[in-house]
Amino acid sequence: MENTTELSQIVASTRRSPTREALRHLLRHSSGRAGLIILGLLILIAIFAPVIAPYNPTQILRESKRRTPPCIHILGCPADQPEHLFGVDGNTRDLFSRVIFGSRLSLQIGIATMAFAILIGTLIGAVSAYAGGWLDNLLMRIMDVLMAFPSLLLAIAIVSILGTGLINALLAIGIVSIPRFARLVRSTVLTVKDLEFVQASRAMGASGLHILFKRILPNAVTPLIVQGTLGIATAILDAAALSFLGLGAEPPRPEWGLMLGEEKNSIFSAPHLVIFPGIAIMLTVLGFNLLGDGMRDTLDPRLTRAGK
Amino acid sequence: MTQFITRRLMLLIPVLLGVVLVTFLIVRLIPGDPCVTMLGERATPAKCEAFLERYGLNDDIFTQFWRYLGNLFTGDLGDSIRFTRPVTTLIAERLPLTMELTLLAMIFSTTVGVLLGVISALKRNTIIDTITMIIANIGVSMPVFWLGLLLAYFFALTLKGTPLALPPSGRFSAGLSPVDLARFWGLENPTGLKAFLVQLMSNTVLVNVIFTGDWKLFWDSLRHLILPAVAVGTIPMSIIARMTRSSLLEVVGLDYIRAARAKGMVERRVISKHAMRNALIPIVTIIGIETGSLLSGAVLTETVFNLPGFGTGLVSAILARDYPVVQGFTLVIAVIFVLVNLIVDISYAYLDPRIRLE
Repeated sequence: MENTTELSQIVASTRRSPTREALRHLLRHSSGRAGLIILGLLILIAIFAPVIAPYNPTQILRESKRRTPPCIHILGCPADQPEHLFGVDGNTRDLFSRVIFGSRLSLQIGIATMAFAILIGTLIGAVSAYAGGWLDNLLMRIMDVLMAFPSLLLAIAIVSILGTGLINALLAIGIVSIPRFARLVRSTVLTVKDLEFVQASRAMGASGLHILFKRILPNAVTPLIVQGTLGIATAILDAAALSFLGLGAEPPRPEWGLMLGEEKNSIFSAPHLVIFPGIAIMLTVLGFNLLGDGMRDTLDPRLTRAGK
Repeated sequence: MTQFITRRLMLLIPVLLGVVLVTFLIVRLIPGDPCVTMLGERATPAKCEAFLERYGLNDDIFTQFWRYLGNLFTGDLGDSIRFTRPVTTLIAERLPLTMELTLLAMIFSTTVGVLLGVISALKRNTIIDTITMIIANIGVSMPVFWLGLLLAYFFALTLKGTPLALPPSGRFSAGLSPVDLARFWGLENPTGLKAFLVQLMSNTVLVNVIFTGDWKLFWDSLRHLILPAVAVGTIPMSIIARMTRSSLLEVVGLDYIRAARAKGMVERRVISKHAMRNALIPIVTIIGIETGSLLSGAVLTETVFNLPGFGTGLVSAILARDYPVVQGFTLVIAVIFVLVNLIVDISYAYLDPRIRLE
């Protein structure tokens, strides 16, 4: 009798929610942990941006000189000069405030583009696998063609159709990310759709949509989360690249890639204007990459370490 | 093997047709009046009519597509609106630089990436392994254009005056330019494909130097390309390093490696002759996939280093709404990307017989 209680206690203690279980594994994984810490800090910075930033990111400081190097009082900068942790940019705005507010934009960009790509990609993949035949063939050939372009260059071409601007750039990056999710969902659905538990559900008279959403697609959730996290890293890099080229975000938006693009010619005279926004992009992308790697290793043993 | 290559080539046809269709649609999908979009403020009704007539935009879409396809087969990509010159001429001027940059970046990323990966795998779980993998993780997250700017700052300003200093912009030093091969060979106004090829070869320093022996130009151009190539190659280098490490570690645990060791083979030979051969297969695939990242990276890096290549040409064409150029350049890049992946697939099949038989 005593044994049974013990056993039930063990069972109860090991039966945690899957999310908590995943988080526990992730925290034990070194890159997963590093990624969570970086992104946790980034999210805090984004939420408390108005508190952290001393100035409004688009405010022009008339009393400051253009491209003043950083002035930090505790590091010996004279107290009669205004403090600018990252210096002043070419339009006499406080760079630190701009970099801080840039975190909001960057997170929004990454998450919005991936949400769009995952949604459309899942739809295409599921329809393709479920319908089969000519529709499957057609959709997959379209995906092949999209993948025949280097992704950033296709995004550039799409921006050239839609016109420049942040929203169009995000749409372009979202579109070029669709194929990988479509393929992922299609292959998952194909593997699962003839398994016994799906047949059982069908035999019990479940509708097609019910089977698709309740029985089949949950199997694709984990790889989608992993690929989505890694995709956010790429999306942030690509969005910054488009803004850098002058095809994405427009001034005076505090977008990191745009900040770099605006000041690229002052690299020799005012390197601080290039260094800080770049570090911000790199750390954010690193955070998502590390978290994605950690999730792939801990959540989804089927995925190999191939590629990104 | 022949059968495999034939099948792979057949698969290429629909993809290439799709690529052509996408580039064809670039001009047709622009919202609004194409004439106003492309001519801008200069558009008057009379000019517009002439413009639509000249670019054949008055015909129905199927006629337009057939004509576009037909023109492609005769090597006609249309004329640039801005420069009123054939797009093919612009390609011959700008493509060689981008190809040289991509090639150099590929050499850098593959050699350094494989080297780092092998070192990391052999020194598994030591401090060397940790440092290498931290470098690789940071490298993967590096914005190419930012790294380019940092390299320019360090090698052109910090190291100024030392032998390690490298130029931060341009393709050649002032006063140097490649010899025009048409003049070198005494060809008088070549036309068509011949003109295109001669110009392409003139602008490819690597080819030019073989004919003219102008090694000064070659070294000068190489010095200008080192920093951009490192910037472009860093992301692929990091990915290749991680891939090599995991792929080698996987192979090293297999029985045939233990057998090679058991028969007393020198460790260096075990790794180089036995383990690497199998570990190479996934690495080759990654190199193919990363070509896309190299081409994209080249576009970004050209802007940083003021290089007159394909990327700067494409971006300025987009900003100037010079759509025939956008169309032609996109098509060429996609075709190159598709062909590189074809080569990768074939070499993949060559390395792994199982793939051929599938």
